[in-house]
Amino acid sequence: MTTVGAVAVGHPPRRVSVREGLADVAGITQRNLRRIVRTPRLLIFSSIQPIMFVLLFRYVFAGAIKVLHGDYVDYLMPGIFLQTSLFGGASTAVGLAADLQGGIIDRFRSLPMARSAVLAGRTLADLIRNVFVVALMVFVGVLVGFRFHGTVGTDLAGIGLVLLFGYAFSWLFVTVGLYVKDPETAQVAGFIPLFPLVFASSAFVPVASMPGWLQAFANVQPVSVSVDAARALLIGGPIEHWLWQALVWAGGVLVVFAVLGVRQYRRI
Amino acid sequence: MTPPMIEANGITKAFGTTLALDHVDLEVEAGTVLGLLGPNGAGKTTFVRILTTLLRADAGSASVAGFDVTRDAVALRSAIGLAGQYAAVDELLTGRENLELVGLLYHLGKAERRLRAVETLERLALTEAADRQVKTYSGGMRRRLDVGASLVGRPKVLFLDEPTTGLDPATRIDLWRFIETLVEEGATVLLTTQYLEEADRLANRIVVIDHGRVIAEGTSNELKAQLGGAVLEVTLTEGDQLDKVAALLADLGHSPPAEDLARNLVTIPSDADPKVIVEAARRLGDRGIGLEDIALRRPSLDDVFLSLTGHGAEDGPGQGAEPDGEPSATHGARR
Repeated sequence: MTTVGAVAVGHPPRRVSVREGLADVAGITQRNLRRIVRTPRLLIFSSIQPIMFVLLFRYVFAGAIKVLHGDYVDYLMPGIFLQTSLFGGASTAVGLAADLQGGIIDRFRSLPMARSAVLAGRTLADLIRNVFVVALMVFVGVLVGFRFHGTVGTDLAGIGLVLLFGYAFSWLFVTVGLYVKDPETAQVAGFIPLFPLVFASSAFVPVASMPGWLQAFANVQPVSVSVDAARALLIGGPIEHWLWQALVWAGGVLVVFAVLGVRQYRRI
Repeated sequence: MTPPMIEANGITKAFGTTLALDHVDLEVEAGTVLGLLGPNGAGKTTFVRILTTLLRADAGSASVAGFDVTRDAVALRSAIGLAGQYAAVDELLTGRENLELVGLLYHLGKAERRLRAVETLERLALTEAADRQVKTYSGGMRRRLDVGASLVGRPKVLFLDEPTTGLDPATRIDLWRFIETLVEEGATVLLTTQYLEEADRLANRIVVIDHGRVIAEGTSNELKAQLGGAVLEVTLTEGDQLDKVAALLADLGHSPPAEDLARNLVTIPSDADPKVIVEAARRLGDRGIGLEDIALRRPSLDDVFLSLTGHGAEDGPGQGAEPDGEPSATHGARR
């Protein structure tokens, strides 16, 4: 029988240990994955959007876009992979804001768990979902004519980079979700930084085709750098030049927004 | 002498320019239930959030189960259970999964958290629904699960923030019975409520809070005794005669009358003497004042609340009757 008044034996720990913290992260990740699996319609509809992007660019815009080397579909798909991975992060903001509104964050915060586990468990679950969505996009890409041109090692590294980039940015969405605090606003607010980053980049069109002032931005911003790195890994090109820049961006975004996100979480 | 399970000294919290809590002091002895009673917006939830480490006070100090709310927050959290006003359970998980997740976050082993989930489901009569997603539960079931989640860690101190708000009467009584069982087992409980009946039934001691301040405290009987033996209750057919009636009957009571505009009601704390009701009826009848109802009854906590704050407990602040000064001024006008 449960006895509420029973006095616990010994002293409770003053701090959450690393082992307990990792268990908390695993528990929250499992909870979020269950939520993803149990809302299959959300998963299906959010996969349709990137598929439409593939079809749109592959069959509508492809003829109007000139790339220097090879087929446009090979140029396009690394951009689509990165866009998919990045847009997946928006659901991190929506999910956290919904948890805040529903009161379950209050419950978590009243428990002796690691506070950062709520955020880490959320971003990890969304990363795992992203693995499946990106895999789906690879499948769709192959159907419309995309081919890997690297070695198995560079191909996997390219997909890994795409996922890492999306994961780093999901911490930006953590911060957005905790800041706006309601799911509808989070949905809209999340896309504001994404649109200029994704569309004023080398994801879908060569930067050389843009006006000079825009090229200045498009050449250095993180999405261009990372798409070029992923492209180099997947279809060939100068890998090193882009890869280290992409890794610095991902690492920088991850650290900055993990710090901001955890700080915002403590303040709720 | 055992130290109090909950101790708060001078807790103060402001949101912008609004003072939500103004130097609140409070103590709860081990094994007792304290009812924190007040209308919406009185500061009850803010106070619970501070004691459960969800919110930091601007000033003052507090400890729960011997742990300071700021210095020993992690240890404090492992000694408490919190059930909120809004059922904080995951709709997409099953009842069992919700409880096992909470057990995991209390860092219980796998076998232990399974066992406690089973026990808790059984205690709250949710065994049949254990493996259904919470979104299929009724409001009452959801609330029971929420209370259950707060018990998984076998807390020394349980915080129930308006546990029955929004429930239908039958479900409310079920939950009351359950809380009574917990209390019999020796739980220390801080219960916030806006229902006087709930505080009356469940709490050993009651602290009345309004606009962030403690305005009265004592046992339910002590609070009622402040009002004397009985209450004369006069319900009028016309609302605009409340002041006149209060003045007319004030000398029949031993405390100033209170007026409730929403219900056309004048209440006067008086002696438990049938002559009071006869005299009141005669005076009103002589002046031809229309009566809906007249009664002499034992005081309820509602009367206590009305006389302390000038408004009813279930009204928001500023609604209901006039502020305190008004009835006594009327009282003074009598010869």
